Amino acid sequence: MEVKNLTCIGCPMGCPLEVTMENGEVLSVTGNTCPRGAAYARKEVTNPTRIVTSTVRVVGSTTGAVAVSCKTASDIPKGKIFACVKDIAGVSVEAPVHIGDVVKADVAGTGVDMIATKEVM
Amino acid sequence: MKNYDIVIVGGGPAGLAAANAAYDAGARSILILERDKELGGILNQCIHNGFGLHTFKEELTGPEYAHRFAEKVYKKQIEYKLSTMVMNISPEKVVTAMNREDGLFDIQAKAIVLAMGCRERSRGALNIPGYRPAGIYSAGTAQRLVNIEGFMPGREVVILGSGDIGLIMARRMTLEGAKVKVVAELMPYSGGLKRNIVQCLNDFDIPLKLSHTVVDIEGKERVTGVTIAEVDSHNKPISGTEEHYDCDTLLLSCGLIPENELSRDMGVELNRVTNGPTVNESLETSIPGVFAAGNVLHVHDLVDFVSEEAAAAGRSAAAYVAGGPADGARNDIPVAVEGGPRYTVPCTIDPAKVGDELVVRFRVGGVMKNRFVNVYLDGDRVIHRKRPVMAPGEMEEVKLKRAMFEAHPDLSSICIKVEEA
Repeated sequence: MEVKNLTCIGCPMGCPLEVTMENGEVLSVTGNTCPRGAAYARKEVTNPTRIVTSTVRVVGSTTGAVAVSCKTASDIPKGKIFACVKDIAGVSVEAPVHIGDVVKADVAGTGVDMIATKEVM
Repeated sequence: MKNYDIVIVGGGPAGLAAANAAYDAGARSILILERDKELGGILNQCIHNGFGLHTFKEELTGPEYAHRFAEKVYKKQIEYKLSTMVMNISPEKVVTAMNREDGLFDIQAKAIVLAMGCRERSRGALNIPGYRPAGIYSAGTAQRLVNIEGFMPGREVVILGSGDIGLIMARRMTLEGAKVKVVAELMPYSGGLKRNIVQCLNDFDIPLKLSHTVVDIEGKERVTGVTIAEVDSHNKPISGTEEHYDCDTLLLSCGLIPENELSRDMGVELNRVTNGPTVNESLETSIPGVFAAGNVLHVHDLVDFVSEEAAAAGRSAAAYVAGGPADGARNDIPVAVEGGPRYTVPCTIDPAKVGDELVVRFRVGGVMKNRFVNVYLDGDRVIHRKRPVMAPGEMEEVKLKRAMFEAHPDLSSICIKVEEA
């Protein structure tokens, strides 16, 4: 049996959650005051994911912009965060860039694209 | 001198929402003055996600959220001037501004919406002892350098203050290869959202030291290290608890202050608690026809509420222009507070001017558990809402309905009380 301690992010209460696990299976969640806490804890210990946001270089902008902000089009496994930022470190795109344009396809082999979040002329 | 019905000072989230709402309410002669080279304000450098959950039911990044509003301004062909600094506003609503193309110029407005936002508390305002070397930045300055200018301000970082921008920058600089050694927070609780503590600090094993502050900054040309120490209940450093950290950068995330130099100079009355203008139910300041919304009024946690509030100010400005100056028969009732709230926005309410619904926002002074937020009109409890937890870092709101006021025709007192269960 393994016990993991988390802080719930569902609301400002920030309930201290205790998850008891065995062989990767969640046996129980305690410390939560509402169902959202239990759901968060289950996801967080079995398959934690995050949206990753960053910037990549942009060239040829008429407004003088040097970078364009971007994000993973959906959440990726938490363990892939650093691989993801490493994968886009050398990426450079040409202006104009539109919101939703793919700046790096299948980032770090996650199957998820990195897309632009800003209009750069 | 050019004339506009409504001049909006600031093209950030508040200014954009005010402009759109004023247009939708019928105003056509609208001008937005923005000092940066693009619309969107601080959202442009807030590249992280989490914006717009309330408004759009999806998590957007800052630039995406700004674009949703800027796009509407473009479509409606609302006029705006970029790289334009407003220098002065007279009580007669003459706006003096300057930019590289037009030089110095005056604009006569019928109504003005103040939407200048806020700025970060600086080192000078924090009274941190030690040398004054390079390498000390506000968290927001570092955010702009990394996300817009495209370079890193340092490699080994200590952060003072656990405001959301500081937490966001702890993660951002870590992802860009910096080592964030510690976040020190003077208060016994964090000023940031729980979600940011977990996803920006815990995810990367960055320690958060509550009740700690910076007591020394070392380095003559560039920061070489800082010393932090634990503080007692009077925020005084406890001797013997000092810890040294080698670092080249100190980020400060110690609170935001509404930017009201223009408001003060034009004679708008300011609230000592919020550092923003005192406003009535129409978000109108002490000068008729001058409205305020967003972080210039009081610092918000969520941009969704900035947009909502600014839209109300925009509608008020449009109504003011359409109806001309009010007849002066106002019946301003102050909103009293008891048991926790430090202030309210609005500060006064004229029941006759309340629309279908009026949102009153406030913050409490300390962390409180198991309380009720009660609203009394002439001693009659009209709202009774349970709040399991309230904290200074989370803005509270109550929604007053027109019907509540109609049921109290000769109203003389409005009170918001936080009471124990």
